[in-house]
Amino acid sequence: MVDIMEIGTWHYYLAMIWFVLWGVLWAVYFILDGFDLGVGTLLPFLAKDESEKRAMLNSTGPFWDGNEVWLISAGGVTFAAFPYAYAQMFSGLYTALMLLLFALIVRGVSFEFRSKVESETWKKIWDTAHFLGSFLPALLLGVAFGNIFQGLPLDETGFSQAGLFGLLNPYGLAGGVLFVVIFLMHGALWLTIRATGALHARALTTARVTWPLLVVLTVLFLAYTAFATNLFSNYFLYPVLLVILALPVGGLVLMRTYLGSGQYWMSWAASCVYIAGTALFGVVGIFPAIIPSNPNPANSLTIMNSASSQLTLQIMLGVALVFVPIVIAYQFWVYKKFATPMAEGDIHY
Amino acid sequence: MDVLMLSRLQFAAATMFHFIFVPLTLGLSILIACMETAYARTGNEIWQKMAKFWGKIFLVNFALGVVTGITLEFQFGTNWSRYSMFVGDIFGSLLAIEATAAFFLESTFIGVWHFGWEKLSPKAHAIVAWLVAGASNLSAIWILIANGFMQDPTGYVLRNGRAELTDFVAVITNKWAWLEFFHVVPAAILVASFLIMGISAWHLIRKSETAFFQKSFNLAVSVAVIFSVFVAAEGHIHGNNMSLKQPAKLAAMESHWETQKSAPMYLLLVPGSEGNLIEALPIPGALSFLAYNDFNAEVKGLNDFPKEDRPPVLITFAAFRIMVGLGTIMPLIALFGWVMRNRLDKYPWYLKMLPFCIPIPYIAMQAGWVLAEVGRQPWIVYGLMRTSDAVSPITTGQVSFTLLFMCALYALLGAVGIWLMIKLAKKGPEDNTPIQV
Repeated sequence: MVDIMEIGTWHYYLAMIWFVLWGVLWAVYFILDGFDLGVGTLLPFLAKDESEKRAMLNSTGPFWDGNEVWLISAGGVTFAAFPYAYAQMFSGLYTALMLLLFALIVRGVSFEFRSKVESETWKKIWDTAHFLGSFLPALLLGVAFGNIFQGLPLDETGFSQAGLFGLLNPYGLAGGVLFVVIFLMHGALWLTIRATGALHARALTTARVTWPLLVVLTVLFLAYTAFATNLFSNYFLYPVLLVILALPVGGLVLMRTYLGSGQYWMSWAASCVYIAGTALFGVVGIFPAIIPSNPNPANSLTIMNSASSQLTLQIMLGVALVFVPIVIAYQFWVYKKFATPMAEGDIHY
Repeated sequence: MDVLMLSRLQFAAATMFHFIFVPLTLGLSILIACMETAYARTGNEIWQKMAKFWGKIFLVNFALGVVTGITLEFQFGTNWSRYSMFVGDIFGSLLAIEATAAFFLESTFIGVWHFGWEKLSPKAHAIVAWLVAGASNLSAIWILIANGFMQDPTGYVLRNGRAELTDFVAVITNKWAWLEFFHVVPAAILVASFLIMGISAWHLIRKSETAFFQKSFNLAVSVAVIFSVFVAAEGHIHGNNMSLKQPAKLAAMESHWETQKSAPMYLLLVPGSEGNLIEALPIPGALSFLAYNDFNAEVKGLNDFPKEDRPPVLITFAAFRIMVGLGTIMPLIALFGWVMRNRLDKYPWYLKMLPFCIPIPYIAMQAGWVLAEVGRQPWIVYGLMRTSDAVSPITTGQVSFTLLFMCALYALLGAVGIWLMIKLAKKGPEDNTPIQV
């Protein structure tokens, strides 16, 4: 790959801004879709009867579609701002990505299909579909990002192929397990906000039990990362960056504190901070690469060699500065309006 | 089959399946927003009942449209990575803008629309319906601008081994894209009106909820008259632009082999791979006129294009005829219904026929897209990049596996979805009791 820009030019700073925004988009996607994927994964384990199942589905019902667009946006921004990285990442992770998409398709329709036919078997089928369509994306996203942290086997021409089984290496799987548990915790906290009665109590217990597991896994994953990847090299170079760790660590602590004091919204918000902090930690770690190459770092896809032209980055920045605040404003309004403890009128699915 | 052919099949399957649901989303969202506006203004309950009934069908359709659309965005990277690298600067940014400026709005407010019946006032709910309808159609604009670039690239320069953006205004004001938009969106409204007409007719003949379905029919048939005529007229202008920009597509869709002035159109024509097998009943100068609004204009024939630059003739030829043929029938069906709208009970054959007419605009639209996309071959970006140079360096095994899996999954979900929509349609609007927890 040839560098498209020189360091220090306006083009470079634009690309840097987009690198940061790219990281932010993924973080927001994990925060938002994270809780509905978590609730979906918990569905077969937490709901004891039909009305609780419906309550769980409806706890995420008004939000999941808007949440999933953050994935489309993250994908779209990768395509637009770093087209070479988009091309390599998506063709390189071909099978895993296709599976992720199929799983999300199955989950999406399960919301709409499930309640339309009065039959036990029918509902069971779509509950299973909903579970698989929530669990698999959580796992696969973790596997994908684990592999990106570790580096993909890029050669001089850039193209790489990492078959599904190549991706399921120990570190990739560790990433997958961590993601699943993060989303489980996030989903359980969401349910403590929206569910009432016995379901609320069960969500609370789940969150309490999951928390220590999340702490242990986070620590183990960080330790594993230190010797399985080069993610720490930027941190060794500039140790001041390690303050970023205050976000996930602080998030973890506050999550438990607020849970204990019954402030469920705050506990969920702390979980958001934890997720954002974890994502930020990863993004800073791979900088300036978007997809690090392993074993040969010289073949990495970086900000410098995979970005779009200056004009495109500039126009997109203008679009983002206008529309992202609007998106945030109306999504915030939707959460304020609909994310309340559920009553009978909130059950539509 | 090789990776190229498999990837083309996969993309065709994914887009065509996605596009079963998209037109209804575009069109029906507008009609539902109109119903809700009528309710908010008049307070007449029947309008709300209509919005709710057609809204249920809409939601099932919407879910399938949304989830199958996600695959498309990612398929550019998975199967067409060389294309993505070549046009990412322009095409990628258009997709990103679509997500940011339109798709977010649509997907966020569909949830509000679904869950907001009790939480919002009728006026606020109508506004939400318009937001969903507006955002869906805004999505269509951005996607068609992206497609417009593939059909008639503008506003770029070749640099760093790719097409780099030089003139954003030229990209978003691309004439091709806007002609496409004014062809596709009215056609989508036609899809929705034919669906409402068909389902309403089914109920009218059974005398169930007559007032409700008569009102629905009247709304739909008026819309159908206007837009069926509009689509046909606009299609002619779109065709003129296409003839200028993509002469090979014109030659293929007419199976026109020899370059000639005052080219005729044959009423009876059987195309072959090296020339026409049968050519009879010529209308002198008709092809020249249709293409360039001039009976004497020269129309370039396929023989004057190198073999490797010719689109597949048979598919392009057939797709064009299906589109135009069905496009001619639709205004007739709509006009008859509109004239007779208040004495439909005298024409039971017409009411019985209408449910079977629901697929007509669907088929016409699919054929239109086959014409647009297959007729553009062998180019993925017209004149700039060949489809064969665009495919990812992946293996046949990977593509075959996902192609089979996708087709099976889509067929299953599609069948279930359509079955559910039919079930909801037949059930009628009477069941409006709140669902018990």
